[in-house]
Amino acid sequence: MGEPLGGLLSAPPAIVAAGVEAFSAAARGQGAAVTDVAWRPPAFGDPADLTQLALDPRRAAANRTAVERVLAAGSLLTDVRPAREVLGLPDRMLLHAGPPLTWEAASGPMRGALLGACIFEGWASGPADAERILAAGEIALEPCHHYRAVGPMAGVTSPSMWLWCLADPVHGGQAFSTLNEGLGKVLRYGAFDAEVQARLGWMRDVLGPVLQRAVARRAGDPVDVRAILAQMLQMGDEGHNRNRAGSLLTLRELSPSIVEVDAPAADIAAVLRFIGGNEHFFLNLGMPTAKLAMDAARDVPGATMVTVLARNGTDFGVQTAGTGDRWFTAPADTPVGLFLGGYGPDDANPDIGDSAIMETYGVGGFAMAAAPAIVRFVGGTVPDALATTERMYQLTLAENPAMQIPVLGFRGAPTGIDVVQVARTGWLPQINTGMAGRVAGTGQVGAGLVQPPQRCFEQALAALAAESRAAR
Amino acid sequence: MSPDRQAPGVRHVSLRSGVYADSVRLMQVSRHVGALPGVGAVLVAMATPLNLELAAGMGLAPDGDAAPDQLLIALSAGDEQALAAAVATVDTALAAREDPGEARAVPARTIGAALADLDAGSALAVVSVPGPYAVAEAADAIAAGHSVLLFSDGVPVEHEVALKRAAHEAGVLLMGPDCGTAMVSGIALGFANAVRPGAVGLVAASGTGAQQVTCLLDAAGVGVSHVLGVGGRDLSAAVGGLATLDALAALDADDATERVLLVSKPPAPAVAGSVQRAAAGLTVPVHSAVLSAGSPDLTAAVEALLSDLGVDVPAWPSRPGTADAVPPGAVLKGCYAGGTLADEAMLIATPVLGAVRSNTPLRPDLDVGTNLAARGHVVIDFGDDALTAGRAHPMIDPTLRLEAVAAIADSGEPAVLLLDVVLGYGADPDPAASLAPALQAAGLPAVVALIGTEADPQSWSRQADALSEAGAAVFASNAAATRYALDLIGDRHG
Repeated sequence: MGEPLGGLLSAPPAIVAAGVEAFSAAARGQGAAVTDVAWRPPAFGDPADLTQLALDPRRAAANRTAVERVLAAGSLLTDVRPAREVLGLPDRMLLHAGPPLTWEAASGPMRGALLGACIFEGWASGPADAERILAAGEIALEPCHHYRAVGPMAGVTSPSMWLWCLADPVHGGQAFSTLNEGLGKVLRYGAFDAEVQARLGWMRDVLGPVLQRAVARRAGDPVDVRAILAQMLQMGDEGHNRNRAGSLLTLRELSPSIVEVDAPAADIAAVLRFIGGNEHFFLNLGMPTAKLAMDAARDVPGATMVTVLARNGTDFGVQTAGTGDRWFTAPADTPVGLFLGGYGPDDANPDIGDSAIMETYGVGGFAMAAAPAIVRFVGGTVPDALATTERMYQLTLAENPAMQIPVLGFRGAPTGIDVVQVARTGWLPQINTGMAGRVAGTGQVGAGLVQPPQRCFEQALAALAAESRAAR
Repeated sequence: MSPDRQAPGVRHVSLRSGVYADSVRLMQVSRHVGALPGVGAVLVAMATPLNLELAAGMGLAPDGDAAPDQLLIALSAGDEQALAAAVATVDTALAAREDPGEARAVPARTIGAALADLDAGSALAVVSVPGPYAVAEAADAIAAGHSVLLFSDGVPVEHEVALKRAAHEAGVLLMGPDCGTAMVSGIALGFANAVRPGAVGLVAASGTGAQQVTCLLDAAGVGVSHVLGVGGRDLSAAVGGLATLDALAALDADDATERVLLVSKPPAPAVAGSVQRAAAGLTVPVHSAVLSAGSPDLTAAVEALLSDLGVDVPAWPSRPGTADAVPPGAVLKGCYAGGTLADEAMLIATPVLGAVRSNTPLRPDLDVGTNLAARGHVVIDFGDDALTAGRAHPMIDPTLRLEAVAAIADSGEPAVLLLDVVLGYGADPDPAASLAPALQAAGLPAVVALIGTEADPQSWSRQADALSEAGAAVFASNAAATRYALDLIGDRHG
């Protein structure tokens, strides 16, 4: 048996105080070491709900279980295959980013991407025809998340698109994402013109098959994608808005196997040129890596940890470990940031994409300190970037020892967003993101920063409290 | 704005080699230059295919071949002057150093976050946020393996039980809720007095009761190891003494503690039994100062402890008053800030005076409710929750009590005033400054129980002298003060 009350009576204790300042002052006056909490009433949530969750005897252990699964999850690149084969995606079904969505509710870039996918699949002869079949409900729409997939921006995934197939060797999970098209006028930003179609066709006919064979050559030594993510954080990337180092590391990992693929030299060169020219090529590998980790933490009763942050361009959706597949949605906000060329704030669509899975996993905006350049999207300075990450530590359950942030003394990235902590601190998760043009067909207009609507967390908190009461 | 907007007026399109800046920096420069007067479209970017396409869309494509490692400066303006200014601004903006700014600490917003950042083995969380939010903060500390002083009130009893069970499981102590007084390893917390260190440990379900006991011990030269508050409800049937049992065990294991004194109101019978059994099983001797109709008062309990320790009982400090003209039929008017001290006064006065009415009565039929001006023998606890809602405790803000003293004087009812004044950390820095003139103005015989020590920030003797000069009789013992007030009344009765 140790000292009584953890040594409280052995020596003057360090005091941590929340509330009346006079008490802190009196203790300080007696020579006590006092830390004052900058306490404020919770930003939202019924106090009875917060109390219910604070006293739920399951919560601490459940959150520990959930976040430990997140930290333990691995990510190996096992295959590259068409969505039709690997997800069983049937004809006339499209996956999209974010929570469930109808054509009627879809925003411009989402509509543009859906149109483009219908054309790409040959289900429609052109934009007008595609719009007609989509408006008629002839195309089933499902969230990527419902298929263990994640898609950046519009995230539109059609049967003929090739997917990265990643596996978590620890928990046995699988996750999938499309191949990244590059920047500018691309499908995921809502562009669908002939240039977009030509690129998608080349990706289907050349890039996908070459990558599949290259990855197959690494079958005995699959690429450890989580290790790349860990390395890139130490090279100025944060894994969401900056993927430069990660993309080059991926190229380095894959290029020998690509070169060994029996394909025309021109195709090999085109593949290498395409990967090398796309600073976000890694994003579609990082996202399923994060997805594997967050899916490992699904369905832990009593856990108040967020497992999904995702946007469909109209709504923002949140899921938690304690509430299964239930979506908590609210209208998405529009990012703030910098614009390409002549575009401005009026051109930006509301927040879109499954890529906030990176923040859910503790990188992206949460690892802002690793990539101070990002904070300049909103006119911030390096200390702002550090402060952003410092705030996120107060929202999260753990520090990920695999994802270290050099400038913070190699401290692990803040990982595992706790809905209760979001309410109590009043700080919403920080998300780094690209911005799509609000008009279908435009493409990317900028990049910046955004936060989820508080309303999602209000609903999640109330649902978690209701579940907690029901479980007693 | 459309990217296809054609540039008005004059244009500048140039490519520079050997210059690199990242895209975020260049987007910032573009925005800065675009905000200048007379400037139309601006694109300052590395000449990648994507950016060349954007420039073409703006009607600002460069002539000839461009390479991705070249810097493209493309802009349009209303006239040559604005254009030249814009190009010059591109250069200065590119050369500008970003202000590195000041590193800013992000303060913790929760007890949990603060404890996570703390580099200390043993910490104590002191929580005094509004009641509805207090449980979450206290639970943070318990989950992190630290004890809590929960000052907040308004915490429902079922939450108190849940926190205390969790604390027990975690091997820590929850002091409270509504725990106003504690002392841990020499650090006084909340309302507590500057007493000497020593060998007596207190487990206290009553804050002012603990203050009375520690101050008397100090006056007798006996010091205190710790005062572990447990909250006023701990010995109720609902809570079952959860914190009392943990606190007793902790003091038993504490090397500095050689005697334990349990200070409380009467516990629920079943709880009293379990506490007695627990106390009997400890190595350290446990005394009790439990206020009830048949039990000794707090001063007597202290005296019994002193004799057990072989310490002479001193003459408890006092100052004479000037009251020698108590009118016949005078009634006792107790105006208390400390609930336990008010109880003690009523317990002592009732056998002498018969029924004493109160807002916190000994029996329900003696309740005056909200009628603070009730006639006859009355003891009011101004620290009761009903009277502190929306205002500070009377140990900090004397206003309500001083108004009551004036009202008693104005009523013309012959009376002896009995008041407590509690000194120490957290209390009014100079209570005599407002009370002495109020007593003088009232002109009634006054007796004050002055709870404090010489070492308190207010100094016992300085306050005692000031009150005595105003005519009040002053006692360090509340029991002695009460008996003196009864004697004044009794003399006239006799």
